[in-house]
Amino acid sequence: MKVKFWGVRGSIPSPGPKTMRYGGNTTCIEVRTGDNDLIILDGGTGIFPLAQTLLRELPVTAHIFNTHSHWDHIQGLPFFIPIFIPGNNIHLHGAFDPISGAGPERIMSIQMQYSYFPVREAEMQSRILYQTAMPGESVSAGAATVTAVLLNHPVSNLGYRIEHNGKSVFFTGDHEPHYNIYEPGDDGYAEYQALVDEQRQFIVDAIRGVDILIADAAYTLEEYPAKKGWGHGTFDSCIQLAQAAGAKMLYCTHHEPTRSDDELERVFAEALARYAGSSGLPDIRLAREGEEVEI
Amino acid sequence: MTETSANLTDKLSAAVEKMPAFPKSVQRVLEIARDINCQPKELVVVIEKDPVMTMKLLRIINSAYYNFPKQITTVNQALVYLGLNTVKNMALSFAAMGVLPQQNAAGFDMQRYLMHSLTTASLARLMCQKFGNGDADPNDCYLAGLLHDFGKVVFAQFMPAEFREALDVSQEQAISLHEAERQIIGADHSVVGAMLVGKWQFPKLLADAIRQHHGDIPPENTMLGSLFVADQISKKLSMGHSGNLVVEELPPNLADRFGGGLDDIIARLGDLSKIAEEAQSFARIGKEILA
Repeated sequence: MKVKFWGVRGSIPSPGPKTMRYGGNTTCIEVRTGDNDLIILDGGTGIFPLAQTLLRELPVTAHIFNTHSHWDHIQGLPFFIPIFIPGNNIHLHGAFDPISGAGPERIMSIQMQYSYFPVREAEMQSRILYQTAMPGESVSAGAATVTAVLLNHPVSNLGYRIEHNGKSVFFTGDHEPHYNIYEPGDDGYAEYQALVDEQRQFIVDAIRGVDILIADAAYTLEEYPAKKGWGHGTFDSCIQLAQAAGAKMLYCTHHEPTRSDDELERVFAEALARYAGSSGLPDIRLAREGEEVEI
Repeated sequence: MTETSANLTDKLSAAVEKMPAFPKSVQRVLEIARDINCQPKELVVVIEKDPVMTMKLLRIINSAYYNFPKQITTVNQALVYLGLNTVKNMALSFAAMGVLPQQNAAGFDMQRYLMHSLTTASLARLMCQKFGNGDADPNDCYLAGLLHDFGKVVFAQFMPAEFREALDVSQEQAISLHEAERQIIGADHSVVGAMLVGKWQFPKLLADAIRQHHGDIPPENTMLGSLFVADQISKKLSMGHSGNLVVEELPPNLADRFGGGLDDIIARLGDLSKIAEEAQSFARIGKEILA
């Protein structure tokens, strides 16, 4: 299985001289099975350069798994050129949204409204199939099996575990580890903590033993308290998650848009230093636009 | 009659979708949602005190879309699984349906209903904590108390003429309201309440407790026993009622189980004034909203 990063930035595209090395595009990850099945995790702006490479292998069948519907994970989708070309098959999987009562079809219909985009949804010439992903259920994507796991973010966010031929990759999308809303001493504290512990364990089990864990490490420990509840993890929470789940490799992604390459490397090194000598650590890396890894 | 026709089932299920929530909770949800730093626990307090909001939230979270390994029965569980922002926006969408009017065409007193539901809920939880033997979760008993008469609100909102007649008949003939409902509507509120929570995949124990709270079978498990006793205590101590003032005697098996009659149980539960006060402070109408 091959994994290639096309967008590693969180929140908003951040091009410029300070982000040249790690890249400014928002989330998009290409996964290829040994049989060359194409799986795309999220359609942030990184999906546009990926789309250019696909024009060489038409017609394509793409299994796109959307973790959640925030802009930085969907904004590239109307620019995913294969959707306009007859003969292509696009499967778009995504979460059910309890507020709108809609599934992933709404991601396209909302973005392709007349005021915001020149081409109408009805003008997409490829065959598009929308599939609402159910937490805990597995679906086939080519020869691979993909299982959705409900994580924690301000909108329903699904992590995906991709498995094929004994190899596995897990992508969290955006995720903040669950925390207790009560203070110690409050009436509901113990009960809520039990629920939090149960969810945390459930997630560790869902990630258990993966070859590659790609996780949301938006913040540093120092930054986190001011951003608690925003739905993102820290370098430390990702390292601890990978350690608990026994992941072999960890890619930290969703880099802060204001973080320069130098700064990113500095805070990453500081986080790693806190775990020096700790046992059961995976191979920990920073996700970088253009980087490809094979397992 | 204990069965509902498919037609009635569909009609009432659709009705709940359109049902507005209670004024005070709508007011509080709007206040909380205006504050970007709102405390999640404040939102929990509001939702778990409103039978309509609780019903709607649990309906969605127990739906096939989430496929959770166990059924969700508390607002806290919903918050852990869905996250604060999603639950907040769901509450806002419930609030956007407007508020349940203080007056309805059936002449059903919503204020007293809410008081009765809240006190029955708290009393059922307390009963379970004091007398339970591990076969029921106190939070599930709270939910059973909160929703046990939910069928009446549905009747009052969507079948007001028939429900008004049932209320009148029960008064004129001095029969209990559920008997009058069976005569006029063809099904009583316990069947309707159970049908709704059953349709939406709430735990079977809960649906059973709601269905049997006026049943002929003596209550056997802790949830049903706690609900039955809590329902009677709420009426006996005038904490609230929902159109039915008749306090029923404890069946012998319950008197055995809880060690005496209603008065003995009330004495053993200790000071219950806080339960009534809490419910009262919540049930009070949000004046700004109705103005």
